[in-house]
Amino acid sequence: MKLELKGITKSFGALVANDHIDLVVASGEIHSLLGENGAGKSTLMNVLYGLYEPTAGEILIDDKPVKFSGPADAMAAGIGMVHQHFMLVPVFTVAENVALGGESTGFAGILDLEDTRRKIREISARFGFHVDPDALVEEIPVGVQQRVEIIKALVRNAKILILDEPSAVLTPQETDELMDIMAQLKAGGTSIVFISHKLREVKAVSDTITVIRRGKVVGSADPDASTTELASMMVGRSVSLTLEKADAQPGEETFKVTGLTVMNDAGQRLVDDVTFAVADGEILAVAGVQGNGQTELTEAVLGLHKHVQGSIMLDGKELVGRSVRQVLDAGVGFVPEDRQDDGLVGEFSIAENLVLDLYTKEPYSRFGAMNRAVIAKSAQEKVAEFDVRAQSAQDAADTLSGGNQQKVVLARELARPLKLFIASQPTRGVDVGSIEFLHKRIVAERDAGTPVIIVSTELDEVLELGDRIAVLFAGRLMGIVPGKSSRELLGLMMAGLTAEEAQAQLDAPVGDSTAGDAPAGDSTAGNTEGGAHE
Amino acid sequence: MSVTANITPSRAADRVAVRSWKLPVLFGVLALFAVIVFAVLGPDGDATFRISQEGDAWQVPDLAVPAKVFGVVVAALCVLLAVRAYRQMKNEGRIDKWVAMTFTAAFVIGLLVWIIGGTKTQNITLVGLFTGAMLITTPLVFGSLSGVLCERSGVVNIAIEGQLLAGAFTASLVSSITHNAYAGLFAAAVAGVLVSFLLAAFSIKYVVNQIIVGVVLNVLVSGLTGFLFEKIMKIKVDGATIYNQPAQLPEVPIPFLSQIPVIGPTLFRQSIIGYLMLVLVAAVWFGLFRTRWGLRIRAVGEHPKAADTVGINVNRTRFLNVLAGGAVAGVGGAYFTLVAVSSFSKDMTGGLGFIALAALIFGRWNPIGAALAALLFGVAGNLQSILSLAGTPIDGQFLAMLPYALTILAVSGFVGKSRAPAADGEPYIKG
Repeated sequence: MKLELKGITKSFGALVANDHIDLVVASGEIHSLLGENGAGKSTLMNVLYGLYEPTAGEILIDDKPVKFSGPADAMAAGIGMVHQHFMLVPVFTVAENVALGGESTGFAGILDLEDTRRKIREISARFGFHVDPDALVEEIPVGVQQRVEIIKALVRNAKILILDEPSAVLTPQETDELMDIMAQLKAGGTSIVFISHKLREVKAVSDTITVIRRGKVVGSADPDASTTELASMMVGRSVSLTLEKADAQPGEETFKVTGLTVMNDAGQRLVDDVTFAVADGEILAVAGVQGNGQTELTEAVLGLHKHVQGSIMLDGKELVGRSVRQVLDAGVGFVPEDRQDDGLVGEFSIAENLVLDLYTKEPYSRFGAMNRAVIAKSAQEKVAEFDVRAQSAQDAADTLSGGNQQKVVLARELARPLKLFIASQPTRGVDVGSIEFLHKRIVAERDAGTPVIIVSTELDEVLELGDRIAVLFAGRLMGIVPGKSSRELLGLMMAGLTAEEAQAQLDAPVGDSTAGDAPAGDSTAGNTEGGAHE
Repeated sequence: MSVTANITPSRAADRVAVRSWKLPVLFGVLALFAVIVFAVLGPDGDATFRISQEGDAWQVPDLAVPAKVFGVVVAALCVLLAVRAYRQMKNEGRIDKWVAMTFTAAFVIGLLVWIIGGTKTQNITLVGLFTGAMLITTPLVFGSLSGVLCERSGVVNIAIEGQLLAGAFTASLVSSITHNAYAGLFAAAVAGVLVSFLLAAFSIKYVVNQIIVGVVLNVLVSGLTGFLFEKIMKIKVDGATIYNQPAQLPEVPIPFLSQIPVIGPTLFRQSIIGYLMLVLVAAVWFGLFRTRWGLRIRAVGEHPKAADTVGINVNRTRFLNVLAGGAVAGVGGAYFTLVAVSSFSKDMTGGLGFIALAALIFGRWNPIGAALAALLFGVAGNLQSILSLAGTPIDGQFLAMLPYALTILAVSGFVGKSRAPAADGEPYIKG
C-alpha cells in the first residue's frame, strides 16, 4: 500500500505546526521521519491517523484521496499507530486492550475474548513476541506493552504502521529487538513510518529518510549519510556532536550516599540499598531505562520523599530527614526532570522564575517585599549570559521553547555557589543547538570543582558527560563503570546485570549466547544475585 | 552493534510491606470493649430473634440467646481474633480476609445481642429489620447504580441527590394527575434524565468542573421542587391536595418465594421497583464486565485517549451514560412517593443521594458491591429506628449517628483501598 501526503498544513491558531508537507511512503519500506522535538513530526502523524484534521492538503492511499474524520477511519484504511505514550488501559488485560474498539462479540454484544486471545497468540507466535493475552497491562514491562500496541495495529490489519519515538522507553537491547521486529514486518509487506530524533537508529533501519525542521520538509537523506550530515540537516546549521571536555580532576569525595533505600506508600522499594560517592570536580552520570529509580534517587537527595532509609552526606552533613529548604541552603542545585511541572511556574515571568529559590533573600527582597528592580536587572544579565531567546525577561516562562526554558532553570540553579549539582534529564526535549550549550555549562560547573550528578535515559548523553557511569535497574545499583565504557556493557547493565556479570557475558565466546531468546525485561525471571536484604 | 545476550535480570524490586497497624489496633480496642461491655457488663436476660411470620412456607422457632453467656463467648472470640490479627500483621505484614470478616461479624452480632438483651422487650423480628431496611436500601441502590454508570465512564455524579428528588416529585405529580402509578414511574425517569442532561451538558460539553455542577444541580432541584411543592401541591380542591395524592404501585408477591422466612418478605414481596432493582444490579454488572458496551465504557473512564485512538467517541459515550444514570436515579426517586410513602414532601430524600455515593465507593465502583453496601447502610439505619423505639441502653441519638459514622469509615478507605476509575472527574478534550 502506497501512502502519499500532499501539501499537509496544520495550524493551531497562529502557530503553524506543519507547513505544506509532502511525503511519499512506498509499499513495504521503512520511511524515517527525522526531526527535533517540536519539529512537527507527531502533529503530522496525528493528522495522518485522523486525530487532527488538517488545515489544508490531502492524504492519498494508493493514489486515491481519502478523508479521515477520526482514528476509526484511519484504521479502516489500514493505518495503525503506536503512540509515544502508549494508548493502553492499565487495568485491562492484554486481550481486552487488543479487543477494545474492534471487539468480537456474540449474542447481544457479549464479549468473545477467546477469539481475540487466539489472534494474539497467532501474531505472538509469528513474530516471537512472548505476550500473554491474559496478563494485566500494568503488570507487564514497557517493552512488552509496546508489542501489545503493535499487536493492536496488526489485529486490525494495518498495512502502514506509524511508530512514534518507539525507542524512548526501551533499553538498547530492546531497541535492537524492536528493529528486528520492524525488519520482519517489512518483509511481510507492511510499510513503516518511523519517527525518531535518534540518528543512530534512523540510519540503521531506514530505507528512506525525510528530515523535518520547524514544520517543513527540509529534504531527504540517504541512510548512508553521516550522522553529522543528518544532524546539521535537522538543526539547520552545522553542529558538533561531540562535546570537548578535559579529563576530570577529581578531588575529595564530598558527597556520599550510603545504603539509600526509598519506598513508596505501598512499600515497594523504588531505590534499593544504593551506595556511591561523587568527588569534587567529577560528573557521575546515572543511566537506566526510565522508571528504574533514578527520579526517586534524585528526589530523595532533595528531601522530597517520605520513606527514606540510609544516609546522604554532603560535606560531612547528613541530608536525610532535612527539609527541602535546608537541603537547598546546604548548597544543592537541582534541575528536576520535568521542567514544566517541577522546574518552572509557567505563568510567572522569566525574571520571577530566575529567583524562585532566592526571592526571600537580600538583595532580591527587603523587609518581606520583593525588590523588582534588582530582580529585573539580574534577570537581564542571566538571560544574556545563558543566551535565553526571549523578547523580554518579563515574558511568561511558558512562552519559551523547551530549550530556552531549560536554560532558565539551569541559570537559576547555577546562580548560587554550589556544593553539589544534580540535573535530571537536562536535555530532554531540547533542540540540538541548546544541548551543546547546556552540556558546556554543566562541564564548566564540574571544572569549577563541584561534584555533579547527571541522570539521563539517553545513552549518548550519559557517555558524553559522565566521567563515571552508574547504572540503576529496578532501584538497585548495577555497578559504576568508567566513562568510556561500551554501549553493549551499559545496555546489559540497564537490563539487570551487574557490571561483573555483564563484562563476563561480553567476554564469553559468541556461540555461547542464546540469540535473544530470553524476553528482555522479563523482570520476574530468576535471581542471579543474592540481595543483601530479607 | 546488535549484541544478543541471554539476559537474566537479577531481581525485580521486592515488595516490602509497609505494615499498617490500623486494623490490629482497631480490633484490639474493639475486643477490649467486647470484654468489658458484652461479657462483664452483659445483661442477664435473653435476646430473642423472631424469624418466621404467619403465612411463611415453614415455621422456624424463635431464636432465644442468653445475652450474658453469649457476650462471654463473643468477647473471647474477639480477643482471639485480635491476637491472631496482630500476629499475622507482625509476621506476614498482612491480615487474612477471613480474620477481619469473622471479627466484624462476631462483633456486630455480639453488639446486637447485647443491645436487645438490655431492652425492655428483649425481642426483635428479623423480618421487620430487613423489610424496613429496604425502604432505605432501594433508593440507595438506584442512586449508587446511577453513580456506577456515570463514574465508570469518567463523570463524577454528585447530583444523585437532585436526581432522586426530581424523580420523587415528578412521580408524585404525574401519578396524582393521571391516577396511573406507571405513568408516574416513567415521568420520574424522564425527570432524572433532565437533571442528568444539565450535568452532562455542562460538564462534558462546556467542561465546567463536575463537582461544582453537581452541587449546584442539587441546590437547584431542591429549590425548584420546594417552590413547585408550595405552589402546586398545596392547592386544595374540595379540601384535598389533589396534586399530591399519587396512585401507589401495588405490591406484587411472587408465589412460593415470598413465603421463605426472612428472605421472602424482604426480596419477593415488593413493588415492581423492587424487582427492577434486583434485575438492574445484575444487568449493570453483566453489562459492564461481560459485554462490548461495558468494555468501552470502562475504557472511556480509565484512559479516554486510548479509547479515542481506537475509534470510540469518548464524549458521546459519557453523555449517554450520564443520561442513563439519570433515568436510573429518577426511578429510584419514584420509590419515595409511589411505594415508601403516599405523598411528596419537601427535601424528602434527606441526603440519601450522598449516602448512595458512599455506597458506590464502599462497593468499589462495582454494581454488586454497591448494592451490598446499600443493604448494609439500610440495615444500620433501620436498626437504629427499631432500637430507639425499643428503649435500648444506648441513646437513640447516638444510634442515629451510626450509619453516617460507618459512611465516613467506608469512604476514608478504612475497609481497604478503593480505586476509582483513573479518569473519573476529568473532562476529555481532544487534541
